[in-house]
Amino acid sequence: MSAIRIFVPCDAAALGVGADETARAIAAEAKRRSIEVNIVRNGTRGMLWLEPLVEVETPHGRIAYGPVDAKSVPALFEAGFNSGNPHALCHGPTAEIPYFKKQERLTFARVGLTDPRSLQDYLQHGGYRGLKNALQMQPAAIVTAVTESGLRGRGGAAFPAGIKWKTVMGAPGPVKYVVCNADEGDSGTFSDRMLMEGDPFVLIEGMTIAGIATGAPRGYIYLRFEYPDAQRALEDAIVTARRNGYLGENIQGSQHSFDLEVRMGAGAYICGEETALLESLEGKRGMVRYKPPLPALKGLFGKPSVINNVITFASVPIILDRGADYYKHFGMGRSRGTLPLQLTGNIKYGGLVERAFGLTMRELLYDYGGGSLSGRPIRAVQVGGPLGAYLPESQFDTPIDYEAFAEIKAMLGHGGLVVFDDTVDMAAQARYAMEFCTIESCGKCTPCRIGSTRGMEVIDRLLAGEQPEKQETVLRDLCQTMIHGSLCAMGGLTPFPVLSALNHFPEDFRKSGRAAAAGHGG
Amino acid sequence: MSSPPRKRVFPPIKVEPASTFLPGEREAVAEVCERLKGMPGALLPILHGVQDRLGYVPRDAVGVIAQELNLSRAEVHGVLTFYHYFRTEKPGRTVMHLCRAEACQSVGAAQLEFHARHTLGVEFHGTTADGAITLEPVYCLGNCALGPSVMVDNRLQGRVTPERFDELVAEARRRS
Repeated sequence: MSAIRIFVPCDAAALGVGADETARAIAAEAKRRSIEVNIVRNGTRGMLWLEPLVEVETPHGRIAYGPVDAKSVPALFEAGFNSGNPHALCHGPTAEIPYFKKQERLTFARVGLTDPRSLQDYLQHGGYRGLKNALQMQPAAIVTAVTESGLRGRGGAAFPAGIKWKTVMGAPGPVKYVVCNADEGDSGTFSDRMLMEGDPFVLIEGMTIAGIATGAPRGYIYLRFEYPDAQRALEDAIVTARRNGYLGENIQGSQHSFDLEVRMGAGAYICGEETALLESLEGKRGMVRYKPPLPALKGLFGKPSVINNVITFASVPIILDRGADYYKHFGMGRSRGTLPLQLTGNIKYGGLVERAFGLTMRELLYDYGGGSLSGRPIRAVQVGGPLGAYLPESQFDTPIDYEAFAEIKAMLGHGGLVVFDDTVDMAAQARYAMEFCTIESCGKCTPCRIGSTRGMEVIDRLLAGEQPEKQETVLRDLCQTMIHGSLCAMGGLTPFPVLSALNHFPEDFRKSGRAAAAGHGG
Repeated sequence: MSSPPRKRVFPPIKVEPASTFLPGEREAVAEVCERLKGMPGALLPILHGVQDRLGYVPRDAVGVIAQELNLSRAEVHGVLTFYHYFRTEKPGRTVMHLCRAEACQSVGAAQLEFHARHTLGVEFHGTTADGAITLEPVYCLGNCALGPSVMVDNRLQGRVTPERFDELVAEARRRS
């Protein structure tokens, strides 16, 4: 009998709850029982509350067990889990788990399924078919396909990717760059990390296609230092791709050349802003640049540069593989394709849900998320990172769509939802939004640099009950100054969590309300 | 009528303080510079290289790096101090990055932060008296569904309760 394949994720989230210990325990227990096993370290399926999620390959597909800590391994072997037998931790076939089955995995099709280090696995599961098509096409046709797919930047700004690419393609000169923004700093988001650790080749393929389309021979992935596991995964994959003719000179025998390297950030949220990122890549302080000139014309080292987020690049291979129409067919309105949504914070079933645009937040929070982790009512959800608005229950029926969110003065951003139960103090959250801006502002423009500090002070006075009406007027006025006077989204969007907290949860800002809440012991 | 001659005052000449490099540090910095200075935009990779080797970037490294990259010391100092990750003081034997961001806040990061500061007896950026642990804040570790999160050196830890935090501290102390 050949060795049984057992999958134990190597994603950082799984490692953080003991996946390595589980893998070692499985190997040791199998040896003790003289059972031949082949442990494959896959990415995560994105059902993070089940991590470490161990899968056993059987003739009936992969059977899921989770969460499996090292201590429960002997009992699992006792129950015959290596043959897919039932156990209290068994969830049946992974593909049939409703949370997973109801998703539309396009960009994340392979994540959790394959061994991220194996190029062979990647090729067997549809990898590099997009590049193969791209190599047969004229650059303009590639750009047209990306434009027609309706793909918009997944980093947060949602700018149509094809238009950006077209500008770079049309820019003169032999030196151009492809830059991947992997500085995923928004709290409540981890889709970039999960993709880079779980399927690094798809990002490399997407960037290679971008290089061919725009005539850029060189690329950089700007990765945050907080993601050491993703760094290893990417660097290994780059070496493998280079060795197999997928990076370097004459890719797959064509006349195209493209090479890539990973550069590490150093803990500055502002470097997720594209021009600050470029400054940082150039070895400078991450200070925001004035626009124009657009980075597409004068970007990295002053040369035309395509800058996109990880998920944007990683969505390109499937567009080139299956065609723009296939991708466009998903979604609603002007939001085409799928968005990997991340259910995080105080949520029972936290994880990644890739779905076409158009489902509602309520579906996500309750059908997928199962309500709060604490079991208390969900009071507020922050969507789109630390610069995103706090939404109350009355707005949970908003569809996941860029325009629908803009209408309620919110933004989808990078697709992260952070859930808070009814113990949250929204005034404290508003103050934190300002505090975060004081810590992370690059300091170039005054509304952001000084406004955030003043904002914190005004909120403190408001909460202390010093002339509260006056303080609120000052705070709202300050927010308007920051929105309209800041150079980039850092200062320009910090008021959104503040104002949404103030508008939707005014009781938390009133001294009497706060005293009552404190009296409750909440 | 001529005014009396003004007494001229000369500012004292500033003497560069003696090098505070520890043995081997200057060589390490020079080696990292030599290896990486040809890269485009080499300053961040060099600072990373130095911090990877020494655990921090000694203040005196600024002058060496500036000379190697043909930059002013002000430029190198500016970059070094802009980024939260780089540090100019030698850290404890283990560095713990504790997430303070919203997703972790929603599941008790503030309480964990309070616990950490009290049990370790340090503020953020501080090192325990025994030199075992440096506590740093971090704004998102990308583990937002399984918070509160802490990164111990390069290893992510999820669902860190105060009890789990104490275990991590004890493990770190045993290792060092």
